[in-house]
Amino acid sequence: MQPTSHRFIDNAHDALANETLQQALGNVRVNFIDKRRIAVEALPEFDDLRKAGREMRDRVLSDLDTHLLAFEAKVKEQGGHVHWCADAESARQTVLKICQEAGAKRVTKGKTMIGEEIGINDFLEANHIEPIETDLGEYIIQLRHETPSHLIAPAVHVTQKQVEETFRKAHRDLDPKRNLDEPSSLLAEAREKLRQRFLSADVGITGANFLVAETGTSVIVTNEGNGDLTQTLPRVHIALASIDKVVPTLEDLTVLLRLLARSATGQEMSVYTTLSTGPRRADDHDGPGAYHVILLDNGRSKLLGTEKQDLLRCIRCGACLNHCPIYHAVGGHAYGWVYGGPIGAALTPALIGLEETHHLPNASTLCGRCEEVCPMQIPIPNILRHWREEELQRGLAPTAMRRGIGIWAFFARRPALYRLATRIGARMLRNFAGGKGRLAQVPMASALTRGWTDMRDLPAPSGRTFHALYRQHKSQAGRAGE
Amino acid sequence: MSDRDTVLQAIRNHKRPSGAPHLALPVPARGQVAGEARRALFIKMATAAAATVEAVDDPETIPDRIAAYLSSHNLPARLVLSSDPAVANLPWADHPMIAHRTGPATGQDHVALTPAFAAVAETGTLALVSGPETPTTLNFLPEHSLVLLSASAIRGTYEELWREMREATNDGKDWPRTVNLITGPSRSADIEQKLLMGAHGPRKLHILLLND
Repeated sequence: MQPTSHRFIDNAHDALANETLQQALGNVRVNFIDKRRIAVEALPEFDDLRKAGREMRDRVLSDLDTHLLAFEAKVKEQGGHVHWCADAESARQTVLKICQEAGAKRVTKGKTMIGEEIGINDFLEANHIEPIETDLGEYIIQLRHETPSHLIAPAVHVTQKQVEETFRKAHRDLDPKRNLDEPSSLLAEAREKLRQRFLSADVGITGANFLVAETGTSVIVTNEGNGDLTQTLPRVHIALASIDKVVPTLEDLTVLLRLLARSATGQEMSVYTTLSTGPRRADDHDGPGAYHVILLDNGRSKLLGTEKQDLLRCIRCGACLNHCPIYHAVGGHAYGWVYGGPIGAALTPALIGLEETHHLPNASTLCGRCEEVCPMQIPIPNILRHWREEELQRGLAPTAMRRGIGIWAFFARRPALYRLATRIGARMLRNFAGGKGRLAQVPMASALTRGWTDMRDLPAPSGRTFHALYRQHKSQAGRAGE
Repeated sequence: MSDRDTVLQAIRNHKRPSGAPHLALPVPARGQVAGEARRALFIKMATAAAATVEAVDDPETIPDRIAAYLSSHNLPARLVLSSDPAVANLPWADHPMIAHRTGPATGQDHVALTPAFAAVAETGTLALVSGPETPTTLNFLPEHSLVLLSASAIRGTYEELWREMREATNDGKDWPRTVNLITGPSRSADIEQKLLMGAHGPRKLHILLLND
């Protein structure tokens, strides 16, 4: 997928002006947050599970090669295949080769973010293989030629009315006068359309929420059942996974399952958690004849041992998106690549480079809600700060910003000068504000501060700086203590 | 260098030992119950996930109950069964009106009956495993999924389920192709976050809970 992260500022402006999108994003703000809170409160051990889950993931990452090799050995033992892919191109070629060797014309797909990361749909299409998304949200956006805007609710940016328009345009063989007023009729129509395709697909491609080394298993977690039909009905099952998905044992898997659904949708468990291990057995009557796991690196291994390694603990629940004021305001597409929201802002620079994505770490108020709700306690605000530093050091930040920070740093390194300058500045601003105490424009810097003052007044400083007040407070406290 | 070597080498070059202490994984107290409390917890959690649970004392009455289920849901008197003896050997002959066959499900089947390997009370979850007698399609293609569960097969927690699975599979060597952990019927909230039941899998999940 061609990233547009370098356009983040324009993307965000467009998103804020898009009334339909704003209406759709309203659903994120009201639904996810309460459901998660209720589910978390219903499990007293939730915080202990977070701590233990975090420690388990750190332990696995500290010895990742060993766990991946153990996983590979088990998959082989069960008659499956493991394909290691260093980058997206290698993963695309591997998937294509498996499809071609199976003589595949049609591929059904369960939801997979790795599939988005490697742009598998466009690639298969270009090679005359028809990819069909089967998750309802993914199906909707595939028909609309869009990408997911949320980790677990890919069509959260689409309104019901838009779904109806999309289905009327795509399903031309159906009665144009049919009633699609109810969401349930839209669902029934998609179910009917997709059912025919499930039964005629040659290859099924799913993601993998987790890989279990103990049994050589890929795990998917869904609510619809589409992923299960995808990995059960076709002759070949391909699971797309990144290298950070592996856990040692079924008990380790369980701690993550206990955290995932509660953090994502506020369910105790998602409806379907399915463990797939190898191809169908000799005496099975259904299931795929071949089982392949793609292990994709794509920039993850180089995060190991760095201050950004914590990102690899992510279990893709989407809680950070659901609680982020920036995501609420601009949605997922503004981030310009596969992963939106706080985790996207922190992870995308590592995967496709800071040159393309250097705006993303700035798309945060650093309010800290993302870290607070993260089931893996990923310090997202800290990681964003690291990227901001790197942005500045590498000269990627806009000139005005670099100069501004340069000027500030000049004063900040000279405390006496800093105090003098802030005293003068605060006094000047107070005088400009007159008796109102508010500024409609900042004199001499109106171009820089318009982003603030166009919408609201800037409260003028009271005239005394923090340092002055602090000194006064300390000397008073000192006297009181005597 | 192959991609396999490249990836492994990169991991080995970058990985750092984790200084964190090895914490025991907590097991929620909720599921650590036995007997009637465990059975009651399973029913409560499964029902909360929108499954329906019907208690059965005598397995011989199951065909009667299924006949009643079919008629109350206006379903054709037709059914696909697992060939597991616990299901296939029930007195179906007493109900000549119900057409039934055994084997995997097709797109035409409306109702399936299959046995659960076990269940987990903690979350009201069924554990169904694939095998020659229990094809996975039975769990997903029909609109009505009927599952026979023995009360004695209900486990409190996932940890107990895994222990039992390891025992039943020769310490994992005979692990089945598919283990389905199923909590309620299929659903989607992909249209404006409105919860709709019966997305691709069954609209109804009906559990026949056999008191054994």
